[in-house]
Amino acid sequence: MAQVTLTNVKKVYPGGVEAVKGVSFDIPDGGFCVLVGPSGCGKSTLLRMVAGLETISAGEVSIGNRVVNQIEPADRDIAMVFQNYALYPHFSVYDNMAYGLRNLGTPKDEIDRRVKEAARILAIEPLLERRPKQLSGGQRQRVAMGRAIVRKPQVFLFDEPLSNLDAKLRVQMRVEIKKLQRALGVTSIYVTHDQVEAMTLSDKLVVMNGGQVEQIGLPSEVYKKPASRFVATFIGSPPMNILPGTIDGPGIVALGDAILEARDLRADLAAGARVEVGLRPEDIEIASEGEAGSLPFDIEFIEELGATQLFHGQLAGLPFIMQAATDTISAQPGRLWISVDPDRVHVFDPATGQRLGL
Amino acid sequence: MQKNASFKGLTIPLLLLLPQLAITVVFFYWPASQAVWQSFLLQDAFGTSTEFVWFENYQLLFTDPGYLKAFWNTAIFSTFVCVLSLSIALLFAVMADRQIRGAEVYKTLLIWPYAVAPAIAGVLWIFMFDPSLGMLARGLGRLGIAWNPRLNGNDAMTLVILAATWKQISYNFLFFLAGLQSIPKSVIEAAVIDGARPWRRFWTIVFPLLSPTTFFLLVVNIVYVFFDTFGIIDTVTGGGPSGHTETLVYKVYSDGKGGSNLGGSAAQSVVLLIMVIGMTAIQFRFIERRVNY
Repeated sequence: MAQVTLTNVKKVYPGGVEAVKGVSFDIPDGGFCVLVGPSGCGKSTLLRMVAGLETISAGEVSIGNRVVNQIEPADRDIAMVFQNYALYPHFSVYDNMAYGLRNLGTPKDEIDRRVKEAARILAIEPLLERRPKQLSGGQRQRVAMGRAIVRKPQVFLFDEPLSNLDAKLRVQMRVEIKKLQRALGVTSIYVTHDQVEAMTLSDKLVVMNGGQVEQIGLPSEVYKKPASRFVATFIGSPPMNILPGTIDGPGIVALGDAILEARDLRADLAAGARVEVGLRPEDIEIASEGEAGSLPFDIEFIEELGATQLFHGQLAGLPFIMQAATDTISAQPGRLWISVDPDRVHVFDPATGQRLGL
Repeated sequence: MQKNASFKGLTIPLLLLLPQLAITVVFFYWPASQAVWQSFLLQDAFGTSTEFVWFENYQLLFTDPGYLKAFWNTAIFSTFVCVLSLSIALLFAVMADRQIRGAEVYKTLLIWPYAVAPAIAGVLWIFMFDPSLGMLARGLGRLGIAWNPRLNGNDAMTLVILAATWKQISYNFLFFLAGLQSIPKSVIEAAVIDGARPWRRFWTIVFPLLSPTTFFLLVVNIVYVFFDTFGIIDTVTGGGPSGHTETLVYKVYSDGKGGSNLGGSAAQSVVLLIMVIGMTAIQFRFIERRVNY
């Protein structure tokens, strides 16, 4: 078990492309850190640098107070689960799991004990003699996990491990990974572009964009107080509505004719300054016409998701989405007056995209 | 989706097959059957009288010490050429797979020898290793190594082995390189993280995953050394000195063309034919059962 610390880590490829532009954060011992971001944001490169599969152009990576920049992947005491599982196709499941231990020269009976234990934890005991190609996607995923846990490493690295599975299996494996990580208490870094995985798995969420960290925090913090417009629209599904507005006074923004209170808004902003106002579809409440802070929402069509409904339409001439539990609103296409809790109004600087919060 | 086209009646399918069948019959089955027929015949030196002798040609063949020697020569020659050309090509391919800068130039240069005709390749090697003219032969002489492929059978065998190996490395290299590049990168990375050092990684992961390529090349190389090396042997040593580099395919030619023993030569080619059929059978069996990773 170990703490992982990244200090101003950079990756510059030959040719000058900067994939990671100076990233610093640390993961406490036993923590589960998820790196999330769109493709090409540098999250996988960062993970591969921690693994030692990519050289570190600048900065420092340390695992358990040991700087590992110049240490071979094999000596970093890590295990990695790959997106395509990367199982050895010519080995049985047993040999796949035993390979790393054999390379370390572990005694045979010890290998046998550890492989069987891992197989029991992952419920793959009946599969030990099979070859990877005889397994289903979910079973291969388990074997890849097994290969990681038999080594008892200090850090687990996951590179989008669930993206090759179907939706149902993904949910199931997600829960299992979380349980397993809790039970084993191994520090983990998990890369994904799926914001649901990011929210549910992490106890430290790192949102990346364009090679830089946009926000680091608990998943609930990131959700409640996104540090930028990018994070606001990336985390949360359906994404947050962003509308242009102006500052109307301390803690007050104007959206066209309507006036909205925003509690978490810096007080030093000049009246009339242009801002962007973010409203989450799930934070929208029903109001009545003429009520203070109510906005006119023109519903165009409704999507039924079972437990909830999505209302698509226009607000002040811009596309807008609202989410509500099924049967709470008997809305038909047409006009609906809505409002938002002042605690849930997000305001961003239109130029930098940064949150204009307290 | 249906992949096979289906026809009503037999006329159109037969017409479509006809060109292929005609070529196969005229250029393959007819000469092959002629060879089989010829192998049962005995002709006098002037071709004036022909006698049907059943298996006498074969009996003579397998009691001829020269023929058994050709078997032995073929075994030595093919073993060395296969092992050397495969292992050197694999080494080059592993290097090329690692190297990134200049890889294209390196690959192109390595492929050139394959474009050289066997006879030309043979002449190149004659010049390099000619005891009186050759640069390399002189170099060997300076090192105190007696070298004369015109007189010494082992020297002659070494020379044809080198020439034939050199010619085949390019081909093997191409296939090995393609094979190496088809191994998923993440599998290698997993092995790196699993603590396998390069040497161990090669033998436990890379080499086994390359086995379909290796087996395919082995079959192709055996066919190459059995038949396609005729040109090299003919130009470099002409089978000599005193039959030391006479392989089975070379003896078919020298007995038939030089020795005018058409029956015996035909019998030899039938033996070769049976060997090829055997090897092809192994190849097909392998391809059908081929391990699909």
